[in-house]
Amino acid sequence: MLRHVLSLLFAVFLLPVPAHALTTAEALAIASGDTGERIAALNEAVAHADERTAAFIQAMADDAVRFTGEAVFVIRGGKGYDPVTGAEQAVPDTAEDPVNNNRMRSALDAAQAALKLSSPDESQRLAAAAALMRDPDDARLPLVDRALAAETSERVRAQLEQVRAASLLSSDDAQRRLSAVHALAESKSPSTKLLLNQRLADEEDPQVRTAIQEAIQAIDEALVWGERLGAIFTGVSLGSVLLLAALGLAITYGLMGVINMAHGELMMIGAYATYVTQGVFQRYLPEAAFGAYLVAAIPVAFLASALVGAVLERGVIRFLYGRPLETLLATWGISLILQQLVRSLFGAQNVGVENPAWMSGGLQLMSNVTLPWNRICIIVFAGLVLAGMGWLIARTRLGLFVRGVTQNRPIASCMGVNTARVDTYAFALGSGIAGLAGCALSQIGNVGPDLGQSYIVDSFMVVVMGGVGQLAGTVYAALGLGILNKFIEGWAGAVLAKIAVLVFIIIFIQKRPQGIFAIKGRSAEA
Amino acid sequence: MSQVALPSKAPLLGGKGWTAFFIALIAVCALAPVLNMAVPPGSAFHLSDYAVALLGKIMCYAICALAMDLIWGYTGILSLGHGLFFALGGYMMGMYLMRQIGRDGNYQSDLPDFMVFLDWKELPWHWWLSDSFVATLFLIVAVPGLIAFVFGYFAFRSRIKGVYFSIITQAMTFAAMLLFFRNETGFGGNNGFTDFKRILGIPIATQEMRMTLFALTGLTLLAFFLFAKWLVGSKFGRVLQAIRDAESRVMFCGYNPLPYKLTIWVISAVMCGVAGALYVPQVGIINPGEMSAANSIEIAIWAAVGGRATLIGPIIGAFIVNGAKSWLTVAAPEYWLYFLGALFIAVTLFLPNGIVGLARRWLRRGKAPQSVSDGRREAQRALAASEGVEPAALPPLAVETKGASA
Repeated sequence: MLRHVLSLLFAVFLLPVPAHALTTAEALAIASGDTGERIAALNEAVAHADERTAAFIQAMADDAVRFTGEAVFVIRGGKGYDPVTGAEQAVPDTAEDPVNNNRMRSALDAAQAALKLSSPDESQRLAAAAALMRDPDDARLPLVDRALAAETSERVRAQLEQVRAASLLSSDDAQRRLSAVHALAESKSPSTKLLLNQRLADEEDPQVRTAIQEAIQAIDEALVWGERLGAIFTGVSLGSVLLLAALGLAITYGLMGVINMAHGELMMIGAYATYVTQGVFQRYLPEAAFGAYLVAAIPVAFLASALVGAVLERGVIRFLYGRPLETLLATWGISLILQQLVRSLFGAQNVGVENPAWMSGGLQLMSNVTLPWNRICIIVFAGLVLAGMGWLIARTRLGLFVRGVTQNRPIASCMGVNTARVDTYAFALGSGIAGLAGCALSQIGNVGPDLGQSYIVDSFMVVVMGGVGQLAGTVYAALGLGILNKFIEGWAGAVLAKIAVLVFIIIFIQKRPQGIFAIKGRSAEA
Repeated sequence: MSQVALPSKAPLLGGKGWTAFFIALIAVCALAPVLNMAVPPGSAFHLSDYAVALLGKIMCYAICALAMDLIWGYTGILSLGHGLFFALGGYMMGMYLMRQIGRDGNYQSDLPDFMVFLDWKELPWHWWLSDSFVATLFLIVAVPGLIAFVFGYFAFRSRIKGVYFSIITQAMTFAAMLLFFRNETGFGGNNGFTDFKRILGIPIATQEMRMTLFALTGLTLLAFFLFAKWLVGSKFGRVLQAIRDAESRVMFCGYNPLPYKLTIWVISAVMCGVAGALYVPQVGIINPGEMSAANSIEIAIWAAVGGRATLIGPIIGAFIVNGAKSWLTVAAPEYWLYFLGALFIAVTLFLPNGIVGLARRWLRRGKAPQSVSDGRREAQRALAASEGVEPAALPPLAVETKGASA
């Protein structure tokens, strides 16, 4: 009760136009008649709304209103109430339902948003202002002005200024329109550009026209950079995903020459390992620790996939060295089994892996460029994995052995290298990196039994294009294909872009069968 | 200068072979229709419509397996793109069948239903020939053939081989699948073609039509079998096998492998296209799912299960694997993928020569320790030909020929 009194006091203090109660005539005008007139009546009511008006508008939006020639009823729980007094009333059988077409509905939405402008919660006010921006109307101007006068938050004020300018854009006074255009030009966002364009179509005043055209041009210039930046970022992001998917293959296929069609399924195992870790954190650890689950999931995913990989190598693949086509078929069989296994254990549906709180949201660079944190994290993660792998291959004893066995198995064996064990370790390493990729993918895509299938063709393309046995080639190919894909996507759509990239790779391999970086030397059997 | 004697030609089929062949011919053309149509449904000998449809479908698959065997078993090139050629043949046939629906579709329009749905006013250009059956027959051969030719020409010319070739054929198939999934391509998008009404003006769902299609598929399979048998026994086929075993040596001997590989690649693709065209009217649907990577790889496993580099093997393999599939996916659907996966692994690890290889080993068990190898028999025949006597008249060769083995 006290809160109501306070908010009422607050409202009275702030509103220069006193709120007056809803009348039956007003309610009737909103509920029945021509859509244009109804909207006008609605805006009229909103401009000096009280609680009853708000409740009535809510009822309108909920389709809980019926009316006769002289009375309006709000239907709640099967009973009729008078919207003005709130008293219960019998609804006659002749009462009709108001027809709310799309135009009326958006007007109702905007009205509700306008009413929320006086909400005590800042984020609600911001959302309300943003909602109003979608459908500006100068009839709501007094309301916006009042809200502006009362607003204390900088962010909401800025948004409200925009709403005000957008509403003023359809004012009858050319001078006011001009100032509105100038105010809107400041925002440099795609939505204001749309508004200005709409206005430009009906604008007659030459001075305002030129102002609008200049404003649109200024916004375009700002946006074009944003778009380019956005395309490059999504390209790099896709490239980093491809890189993660392909790095493991670069070891198993590139260095060891094993065609592992189950590579995608090893990624899937990494993603499911992440899912399981998340479940453990949710169930056994306090809420506060949940954000850390992803950090814990990284080693879990690596180990899970590496273990499966090691078992595969010991159990199947080592019998097939030197028979690549047979390896391809056998690993395809393994991939089918792994998929079905996951289906049996976790169900055929996708499972939900949540982003931890610190990875949701994004970094807003410009009005039309927001870089999501999860994408940024994956780019950084891919860089770290790459660096770690480069270090492992180039600087450690295991890396030395792997390179030695790759280059000349018999001689490495003569030098006392246990080649069979090196094979197992290398394969487990490649598989573990696939697991890391799966862990990363779980943050940006669906986790389901088919996860691996969608990446296997892409990651083979990256390795083949980069050149077998070449880490640097893999990196260039992944980033290059990612950016190329996103740029083609810009003007041809996602599917055609994908097709174009595949065709490009097929043609590229015709020209350079060894990939971007060919190993120089002679060999009769390439 | 001594005359180079070519090995005497082995007969196309042996006596028993011809007998088996004609039994198969009779079974397909006479026995199956009689069992299906003349024998009453209650009888134990009755062949149900379901069984006819299943057998017809598997025979189409067997043609694919045979085609795969020619390119993989005999030439050593593993294609993961045969599902594309199969689907292309199917789509060509499907376009004709869609046109045959005429105005009987849901929208009573001259255009196929999906085009009305997409609000298209006229047929796209690639549908022009689809109302003629003769042109469709031509396209069934020409489209997969042409695409295989262009792709193969560039791939083989750059000497892409082995796994590289497999992977780029997979990429090609994947790209094509994405393309066919789009509505704009004009192939019915996601849903593909279905709801066929008639073929050559005759209703497609009648018993007689089904049996005709069944017999036609069987005849095609047998004809392709004879053709393949002739092909691999010819000089051309021998070069193919030499390419499989040691491509570099073939080149050093002065052969250019490109035309050989390209020819067998196109032949193989066309066989798949024909199989697809026979498949669609029997199954009643074609959609881009047929182009998925899994389907293409499955063709390879049919050939591998039966036995590569034998011609009867892939046919047996197609029947066994698909028979098991249709039984298991009903009896225990969740185990089918386990079974298929295990089959892939088991065949590659333990059965490199497939079931036929296993059967041969089993038949030879107990006979003289390792009777004459193929290579030795070949050399013996060559020697006999140059001497002008029957191979059996010569004493067995003492030296084992090395190198090539099937």
